[in-house]
Amino acid sequence: MAITRVIPVLLLRNQGLVKSVKFKAPKYVGDPINAVRIFNDKEVDELVFLDITASTEGKPVPLALLQDIATECFMPLCYGGGIRSLKDIQQIIQVGVEKIALNTIAHEQPQLIQEAAAVYGSSSVVVSMDVKKNLFGKWQVWTKGGTVNTKKDPVAWAKEVEALGAGELMVQSIDKDGTMSGYDLELIRRVAQAVEVPVIACSGAGTVEDLARPIKEANASAVAAGSLFVFHGKHRAVLIQYPGQQVLRQLFS
Amino acid sequence: MIVIIDYGVGNLGSIRNMLKKIGHSSEISSDPEVIKNAEKLILPGVGAFDAGMSKLNETGLVALLHQKVMEEKTPTLGICLGMQLMTKGSEEGQEAGLGWVDAQCVRFRFDEGKKLKVPHMGWNYVHAQKEHALFDGMFEAPRFYFVHSFHLQCNNAQDVFLTANYGYDFTASFVVDNVMGVQFHPEKSHKFGMQILKNFATYVAS
Repeated sequence: MAITRVIPVLLLRNQGLVKSVKFKAPKYVGDPINAVRIFNDKEVDELVFLDITASTEGKPVPLALLQDIATECFMPLCYGGGIRSLKDIQQIIQVGVEKIALNTIAHEQPQLIQEAAAVYGSSSVVVSMDVKKNLFGKWQVWTKGGTVNTKKDPVAWAKEVEALGAGELMVQSIDKDGTMSGYDLELIRRVAQAVEVPVIACSGAGTVEDLARPIKEANASAVAAGSLFVFHGKHRAVLIQYPGQQVLRQLFS
Repeated sequence: MIVIIDYGVGNLGSIRNMLKKIGHSSEISSDPEVIKNAEKLILPGVGAFDAGMSKLNETGLVALLHQKVMEEKTPTLGICLGMQLMTKGSEEGQEAGLGWVDAQCVRFRFDEGKKLKVPHMGWNYVHAQKEHALFDGMFEAPRFYFVHSFHLQCNNAQDVFLTANYGYDFTASFVVDNVMGVQFHPEKSHKFGMQILKNFATYVAS
């Protein structure tokens, strides 16, 4: 059996690492290259970098930084943020990133999922979706860093992108982001049960124990977290950390 | 010099970076002169079998590679699709493979009710079926990063070097004399992958 992946999700803003709460109030947590070195030492399963302002501010993909990150990164690497074309994807993959995460652009140009999957294989194409509950408790998919409501249903959207060739889905909950209050298991379960492709559960992990729940209770294939791996203690002091292999293997056994 | 064969498929920089990190220089090239002089070859690759094979054919390097690998016995390591191209062919496509190992590539097939997600993507443990220099000094519980939907089926059991389990045991690596292949990505597998590349870089035929 494949080993359950536990993935730190790191947010980039102006070349620095930040961490948000509910997609707001990004706090600076350090230098990305330094973080990669630490995560190398900790033998992390995989890393995801998302540029949280590339899309909203219309900035280009930070290729030079990605190249530096990829050079240091001896684990699989995924990047999302500000991708607008197949050419962007080609450049990202060329600098040494193996997977790309599409979010806003997947709504604007769904065919890009198909084109990217045809060229680089489905396993290189992750679709990331940011989900928020409305006042009536209905889940809706948001884009542009949680600023635009597409009003799409996450399950329907998941099926749509799977049919277009997405190889993995990353499900983020805007309500849970940075709260460290546990995953939105119901949301993850609904999406994971609706698709065949692996679902990466994200948003809300506050303890190492939380990491097991989307796998054991909600059909997710992998878990991702931000705050858990960059903050320590109730005052949220910055500390890059990752559980040891023994802890993780026990957790999922 | 180790030459990483560039035929327009996949991310070659990370292989060079890892080799550099462990103190071995390498060159990414599709230049016949460079390949002719290579002491070792790495055949990388990701994606579909036919796409990879036709790109390799388009480079016009195949005859030279046969010469290097099969006649001069240059130590050669295939990675992921690169390993699959070394076989006779694949269920995934129509193109003939390089035929450097008596094997073919087949899709993951699971019994009803035991279906696992394909591609097999993520980290998995491997188990050595024989001794080989590629595993010298390997760490405890070696695990590697895999992304693939097809896997090797060797026709000679003695060619199988490593197996991994995904629904059932499959060939994760083969070794036939100077020709070696790994299904996983050593360049993305931390110290475990570094050890494999280090052993390949220092490999001397016995």
